[in-house]
Amino acid sequence: MAYQFDFVDVFKYTDVLARGVGLTVTLIGVGGTIGIAVGIAGAWARGYSGNRALEWLVAGYVEAIRNTPFLVQLFFIFYGLPSLGVRLTEVQAALLAMVVNLGAYATEIIRAGIEAVPRGQREAGASLAMTRMQVFRHVVLRPALQKIWPALSSQLVIVMFGSAVCSQIAAEELTYAANFIQSRNFRAFEVYFVATGLYLVLALLLRQGMRSLGGWLVFGRRA
Amino acid sequence: MKFLRLALAALAAFSLAFSVAARADALADIKKAGVLKVAVPQDFPPFGTVAADMKPQGYDIDMAELLAKELGVKIELVPVTSANRIPYLTTKKVDLVISSLGKNPDREKVIDFAAAYAPFFNGVFGPADQKVTKIEELAGKTLGVTRGAVEDLEISKIAPATATIKRYEDNNGTISAFLSGQVQLVATGNVVAAAILAKNPPKRPEVKFLIKDSPCFIGLNKGEPALLAAVNAAVAKAKKDGRLDGIAKKWLGAPLPAGF
Repeated sequence: MAYQFDFVDVFKYTDVLARGVGLTVTLIGVGGTIGIAVGIAGAWARGYSGNRALEWLVAGYVEAIRNTPFLVQLFFIFYGLPSLGVRLTEVQAALLAMVVNLGAYATEIIRAGIEAVPRGQREAGASLAMTRMQVFRHVVLRPALQKIWPALSSQLVIVMFGSAVCSQIAAEELTYAANFIQSRNFRAFEVYFVATGLYLVLALLLRQGMRSLGGWLVFGRRA
Repeated sequence: MKFLRLALAALAAFSLAFSVAARADALADIKKAGVLKVAVPQDFPPFGTVAADMKPQGYDIDMAELLAKELGVKIELVPVTSANRIPYLTTKKVDLVISSLGKNPDREKVIDFAAAYAPFFNGVFGPADQKVTKIEELAGKTLGVTRGAVEDLEISKIAPATATIKRYEDNNGTISAFLSGQVQLVATGNVVAAAILAKNPPKRPEVKFLIKDSPCFIGLNKGEPALLAAVNAAVAKAKKDGRLDGIAKKWLGAPLPAGF
């Protein structure tokens, strides 16, 4: 084979890669946490609140986001909103896009969990003189999250991969770092090989993290 | 096909005339034939493109027409690509090359260059309220650039450490970032800036300083001092009476830079 592999050329840019990994982790950490919170609120509004106006509002949000591409949502926030006087930095725009996007998907995933909680369980809560909110918090939410936790973890991994397109607005995450290095040394194979490996490690860590977090928070397996 | 036959016929006539006149002077030949043949691009806006009516148009075409007018002959535009523009000249299929041709030592070995007729440079552009005149003054500013482009590599080397360089995927990303105010300045080519100006945006990218200057020259065959002098005189005249400035404003959206 004529091509000479040279990974040294890539490792010269370790600091660039490290900063890229740092921002990707930050994006998924912060964006994922807020996004899941939005998802719980959305699922409550659409699947539990009983408020028609709220249900329609959330349904509109969910359908608008789930039926448009993430990249377009990102461009709208970054390039479009300044026309309305809202100028976000690329990191803020990336975070907002991820929160909005994950929020919509998480709403539907968590709502499915809520619907799967048997009606009798809610009634049992009500018969103990709990308010609707107390029933939601203590009787409905936890079993709902238990049912959909693996699906939610997968969605989080998908959103992390989606963060790769934030390189398009010059957010300096892992894909941006890889593109940057590639534009400097033209070592496409080596650069993207390393970047792919880093994404794989990040995804496995994220899944393991969600498993531990779930065990602790949702399944109640704390010591 | 018709064009090819015409070109072949022209070539045959030309070579016949040439063999008779043994070693004639190109300027005298042009005057005698009454036609100036110029190689122009047709795939490189705004220098040369094909208009909706299939006629070539652009900066280079206007320049070629101006020269023909100055020499008092008719113009014949010969579309070329960037790869074959110099061979067309050296094989005497054309008298001049006006095809956004930059000067470099390798080309100077093969052909002669007359006066520069069009500005072509990379620089830093920004709206009028950004007071930047040199690279040091980029300190603290946000600058947009297309990743991997010449201006990216250049500016990444020389920009002060406190300047923030945002690298976008392609020129459209860089332009959008500038127009939406995500970056204060952009480093790009004057042709890209001209493309923005053509759309009359609220934010006008005006040139602040140059990074790399490589103006376009008119190319002609070696050993043609009479033609060289006539072309240079015509360009100088067009510069003086403002016609060249008019062409620059029409196609590049900006007057000729100072000292051009």
